[in-house]
Amino acid sequence: MSIDRTTHLRRLEAESIRIIREVAAEFRNPVMLYSIGKDSSVMLHLAMKAFYPSKPPFPLMHIDTTWKFRDMILFRDETARRLGLDLIVHSNMDGIAQGVTPFSHGSSYYTHVMKTEALKAALTKYGFDAAFGGARRDEEKSRAKERVFSFRTATHTWDPKNQRPELWQLYNGRVAKGESIRAFPLSNWTELDIWQYIMAENIPIVPLYYAAERPTVERDGQILMLDDERFPVAAGETVETRLIRFRTLGCYPLTSAFESEATTLPEIVREMLIARTSERSGRLIDHDDAASMEKKKREGYF
Amino acid sequence: MNTSASPAAMATPSVASPVESPEAFAEYLAAQEKKSLLRFLTCGSVDDGKSTLIGRLLYDTKLVFEDHLLALEKDSRKHGTTGEEIDLALLLDGLEAEREQGITIDVAYRFFTTERRKFIVADTPGHEQYTRNMATGASTSDVAVLLVDARHGIVTQTRRHSFIVSLLGIRHVIVAVNKIDLVGYDEKIFTQIRQAYQAFAGGFGFKTLTAIPISARYGDNVTARSERMPWYKGPTLLEHLETVDVEEDRASRPFRMAVQWVNRPNLDFRGYSGTIASGRVAPGDTLVVAKSGKASKVKRIVTYDGDLDQAAAGDAVTVTLEDEIDISRGDLLAAANDRPEVADQFAAHLIWMHDEPLFPGRSYLLKCGAKTVTASVTDLKHKIDVNTFEHLAAKELRLNEVTFCNLSLSEPIAFDSYDSNRETGAFILIDRFTNATVGAGMISYGLRRATNVHWQAIDVSKESHAALKAQKPAVLWFTGLSGSGKSTIANIVEKKLHAMGRHTFILDGDNVRHGLNRDLGFTEADRVENIRRVGEVAKLFVDAGLIVLVSFISPFRAERRMARDLVGPGEFIEVYVDTPIEDCEARDVKGLYAKARAGKLKNFTGIDSPYEAPESPEIRLDTTAGTAEEMADRLIESLRERGMIA
Ligand SMILES: Nc1nc2c(ncn2[C@@H]2O[C@H](COP(=O)(O)OP(=O)(O)OP(=O)(O)O)[C@@H](O)[C@H]2O)c(=O)[nH]1
Ligand SMILES: [Mg+2]
Repeated sequence: MSIDRTTHLRRLEAESIRIIREVAAEFRNPVMLYSIGKDSSVMLHLAMKAFYPSKPPFPLMHIDTTWKFRDMILFRDETARRLGLDLIVHSNMDGIAQGVTPFSHGSSYYTHVMKTEALKAALTKYGFDAAFGGARRDEEKSRAKERVFSFRTATHTWDPKNQRPELWQLYNGRVAKGESIRAFPLSNWTELDIWQYIMAENIPIVPLYYAAERPTVERDGQILMLDDERFPVAAGETVETRLIRFRTLGCYPLTSAFESEATTLPEIVREMLIARTSERSGRLIDHDDAASMEKKKREGYF
Repeated sequence: MNTSASPAAMATPSVASPVESPEAFAEYLAAQEKKSLLRFLTCGSVDDGKSTLIGRLLYDTKLVFEDHLLALEKDSRKHGTTGEEIDLALLLDGLEAEREQGITIDVAYRFFTTERRKFIVADTPGHEQYTRNMATGASTSDVAVLLVDARHGIVTQTRRHSFIVSLLGIRHVIVAVNKIDLVGYDEKIFTQIRQAYQAFAGGFGFKTLTAIPISARYGDNVTARSERMPWYKGPTLLEHLETVDVEEDRASRPFRMAVQWVNRPNLDFRGYSGTIASGRVAPGDTLVVAKSGKASKVKRIVTYDGDLDQAAAGDAVTVTLEDEIDISRGDLLAAANDRPEVADQFAAHLIWMHDEPLFPGRSYLLKCGAKTVTASVTDLKHKIDVNTFEHLAAKELRLNEVTFCNLSLSEPIAFDSYDSNRETGAFILIDRFTNATVGAGMISYGLRRATNVHWQAIDVSKESHAALKAQKPAVLWFTGLSGSGKSTIANIVEKKLHAMGRHTFILDGDNVRHGLNRDLGFTEADRVENIRRVGEVAKLFVDAGLIVLVSFISPFRAERRMARDLVGPGEFIEVYVDTPIEDCEARDVKGLYAKARAGKLKNFTGIDSPYEAPESPEIRLDTTAGTAEEMADRLIESLRERGMIA
């Protein structure tokens, strides 16, 4: 199915391409944060379109917490190979050496060390002055407040009370040495737009988004999938095979699945239409405290 | 709280549910795709109910997820301003500081869909302090919902926001007379406010102006007609938003596309990537590069999904041309038979968005389309009082003020008037040191040189002047605190250069203030103008082939930068005479520090007016390390190393 150029998805596509090109043109050393999920898949697809017939003039970077689903890592490497793009994989080695895991240290500390700190260290290490992220404003209330070109200090912090005005589509990409911009080409997309676009453009996504029989346990009312032997099954918990899929993909012990029979894109979209909870309700780290996303973002998280 | 309806149920209340059959699903998708998009903002004074209104719209259209509703109930208990009831504003006010203070600080963008349309809404802050965030939300909107508290009627902030809305080119306004529940649903009050608004907004060029009495808190006339106001016969807010016609048909305007990125994968392909701002384009069309006037025909319109035989406003494309002509990022491609203006001076409205005021003569970066140049305001024609809309004389422009002014750019750019094209007629100003976005402008018309000042072609060039004197002209710009030793050192240096047979001249701060700059005082605005004039004079002397020694405190980086930009590369030598303020004050040759300390002299640099030390001067003279004579020798030596003198 191809989309008519005057339609909603085409408008969103054009807006994103414009943002992606602007970043490539204005910055010395941009990078695309690639988190392997559906939004990243769409963002990457848009980058391929933006520069065609050239390749995107920047590398991809994945912050690997080492707790990603195995399918995600396979998909990541396969995608970079298929598209012929440079992929940087960065992990916080100190965190690994100290044995920081979501089970041993709690989700909030783990996320801080293995994601936020790792990301900041990688951005500094490679001297990136702009980083694309696939965040959407409809995901969360503090994201709804963020600019398309979102300024970060030299220590990668965000000051939400003091954002640069951003008028029209005249993005201000000026930064001093060490400072950077996080650029969000998908700002105005909704979750439903993402799925409809994936369907219309036939964009490959990680198989975990499709329903399949998988080993799971139920914990605190959430279904968690056992991706490898590192998952500690507690006494009293039983491992059960369930027909499940994911709406959002993060670190596997922190992302909950739900029961579903949707094995095709149209079925996924139809399921989306009757969803009553937000996609973030499947992300355990977001519930830590009320303003937790804003706090993490101020500290440098994406 | 009843939340049984799903978010999607409202989106598709049509007969067959899309989840029921594949046919209904396909139909649903097609219908979604064809819906038009409306971008609007809510604005108006503090606490008039903007965030509550959007919260109400989302809530009543059943677009709030269950977990968000649960969070809202919890938040309302903690931060709510509505007692026992849920506080719908908290769906929008997503920042910690906003929830604590119960106000909106920055714009929130939300998306929702009804049966008829898709919407992007920008919920903007009412506080005057955050006007720039309101302008941010307005700049991409087609409709403004302006809230007025029925109890207070039209207040200054209502007028300010109306003015900004009109300046930014929004042509459709809805006056939502809110909190009608607090005035007993009184028709008279509504009518009064409506009439008062129509009276003052008459000159704003709005195409539609619709007043609706509402209660955001209780939902009257928001998505459903209120039974408590039988006297009101007009549409509900949502009905009006769903039907208001804002079509601008950008595709029927002359073709414009700013080149964002030159696409060069290999030697055989050279394309120009950008988003079409207006008009249409097809292979075979003749386009020009607006600034150079060079023309060529479109060969292909390339996209990832294959070549197009036509593209129009809003499309992101890559075009290739028949001929190899010089095109780079920032160039504006335009229809050959309907071209934009090209000028290095224009008149524009400007909204100032920074705490530090704008001064005429100070240089900023100006971004218009994909082009960034340096620019300064040459003439503040007037500023506009946002309450009375009177034109006032101005020497500077402060936060949230609006002016009509002339700007002068470092090179010509291509543009249209903002009235005729919102994309090619808009610009932002960026501070050259902090990189903050400080101003937003809307171009009115170009100031053509023909109608203003002509350049007289002169046959004896700058190079010939310098050649006759057998020297390299330059500006030695001495900056430093009062009493730091600038004039003393400059004087010795000039004597030495003179003795070496160099043609020199000194411009000294005190002396120039007796003549050329007699009319200027010591306010920040006057200091900027002081330096601008001296910079221009120094440039003329450089053109005459001289080595000019300028000895001015020149406390602001921005102005020194401006003086530097006036002359050629390598011709500006910034000499930082670095003397600690304690030493200057101890010397106090002219007794000025004593006076300033006694409060008898205002705006004295280093005491009650800042000195911004150079970050990377060509030469820094540490006067604590030697005599004035030694400093002069050091400077001469450095000029020799730079090849300025033999
Ligand atoms: N009685 C009544 N109260 C209302 C109505 N609309 C809003 N309010 C209350 O007015 C207060 C301010 O509402 P907000 O929505 O935060 O106002 P705002 O215009 O967004 O304020 P800022 O964004 O800070 O400028 C809240 O306590 C609301 O509950 C209404 O129609 N009737
Ligand atoms: Mg508000």
